[in-house]
Amino acid sequence: MANTETMTLNMGPQHPSTHGVLRLVLELDGEVIVKVTPHIGFLHRGVEKLSEHRTYHQILPLTDRLDYLAPMSNNLGYILAVEKLMAVEVPERAETIRIIMAELTRLQSHLVWLACHALDIGAMTVFIYAFRERETIMETYELISGARMTSNFFRVGGLSQDVPEEFVKKVSDFIDSMPGYLDQYEGLLTTNPIWLKRTVGNGVISAEDAIEIGITGPALRGSGVDWDLRRDDSYAGYDKYQFKVPVGEKCDTFDRYKVRLIEMRESCKIVRQGLDRLKPGPVLADCPQVCYPPKESVYNSIEGLIHHFKIASEGFAAPEGEVYQGVEAPKGELGFYIVSDGGNKPERLRIRPPSFVNLQAIEQMSVGSMIADLVAVIGTLDIVLGEIDR
Amino acid sequence: MAENNRAVLKLKEKFAASIIDVVEFRGEVTVTVAKDAIIEILSFLKQSLQFNQLTDLTAVDYEGKKEDRFMMVYQLLSIPHKDRLRIKTPVSEAVCIIPTASQVWKTANWLEREVFDLFGIVFDKHPDPRRILMTEDWVGHPLRKDYPLQGPDREPYKGRLS
Repeated sequence: MANTETMTLNMGPQHPSTHGVLRLVLELDGEVIVKVTPHIGFLHRGVEKLSEHRTYHQILPLTDRLDYLAPMSNNLGYILAVEKLMAVEVPERAETIRIIMAELTRLQSHLVWLACHALDIGAMTVFIYAFRERETIMETYELISGARMTSNFFRVGGLSQDVPEEFVKKVSDFIDSMPGYLDQYEGLLTTNPIWLKRTVGNGVISAEDAIEIGITGPALRGSGVDWDLRRDDSYAGYDKYQFKVPVGEKCDTFDRYKVRLIEMRESCKIVRQGLDRLKPGPVLADCPQVCYPPKESVYNSIEGLIHHFKIASEGFAAPEGEVYQGVEAPKGELGFYIVSDGGNKPERLRIRPPSFVNLQAIEQMSVGSMIADLVAVIGTLDIVLGEIDR
Repeated sequence: MAENNRAVLKLKEKFAASIIDVVEFRGEVTVTVAKDAIIEILSFLKQSLQFNQLTDLTAVDYEGKKEDRFMMVYQLLSIPHKDRLRIKTPVSEAVCIIPTASQVWKTANWLEREVFDLFGIVFDKHPDPRRILMTEDWVGHPLRKDYPLQGPDREPYKGRLS
């Protein structure tokens, strides 16, 4: 007679395919998953609590450390929320550079997703290739902000500084070559029988279920929901750009893979349009109440120095009220909800992390499949624990 | 503006007695409602007005600033209508319990666990009422205003915080 007892197996928090410190307690019937219980919080740093004790400018570096694979998207979401609260208009050049960088960030994040997702499933070559291209984006980060990951480049009202001259050529060359690289990845994966066996029909979640459980971003579009905040709830000037929103049909891991790859091609097009729009001009709003003064004036005039000191030490007082700003981060809807009581620090800053909500679907997507398929599901959800645990 | 919002119109028609306040700030509409009617109102918004996604659920601690200490905040999104709505409801410290919204949207499950973990608000009939970010044996609720920033068993930081 067959033994029908289930077995409990611990997976993580130190496990190469849990993308950080995710711990899963699996209940198994043989190799088939009966129940998944995620345990999170190993990386909890209390970002929301810390933010209540810092001025609006001082919170910005904390946001880099949420989704550390897409720092500029986090920066963008946060500064847009503050700008909404303060009603600050951003100069056109700053807006364009923000979009270029946000899309390069999307490419970067998707490249890491593709690399790790493929590696988890067993395709190692793609990992090496994707990290090669990511390196160029990291170099662009370093070129403009001095840091490869925690860029902290955007500012409330614009950018911390203008981009150097080499920027346009570097980004332009990269965008020209990127579609060719994407063809390379597709050549390795899209028709690869092993890849197809592992991804087609894996982690299926219907459009209704996906909306119900709150999935956003590429994972939602992979389930056939035509929804992209850049187009449908436009922010940061995305309404001036033309791009397609890819949508999946079969709601499985393969469709989510296709959606992300098409998104990368569309990102290249957006960056190209951004480079064409790029015109000389100021990169910081003329709003001395809120913005830092330009560095030249800080170093060369006493007024500028006093102004800098005042903004750096006291910050600025925000009007009483509350705002929510959602942006289409690479992983889904990243939202910042700020409650202001009229002081220079937020009364409450809530970060709506896309990975946290998306991870909730893991049980629904993996029960009934094998442990190896669970690894594919973790990869396709594209989670980052820095953002989940905050 | 807020008066012409499609959801506000319907809510005023159907739940006039439960609406405490309607505010518009920077183009965002916030409706504050009474706690007793919260599930009824959320279900109505989902079923009849197609607010099919619960984007976010969180709480705010107004210790000493408002009569009711906590404020629950629900951020709703309607994908078919492409609009958002924020629903708030006050929760007092004395009766720190509110019905769970996870019966309306599944999303609320983890989000409510987080609010319970960090604020100590209890969700009635929650399917899985455990802590989520802090360890299970943790004492206290870190996002409450009276919880020290440095943690409970450490000297307060004497240097400059901001």
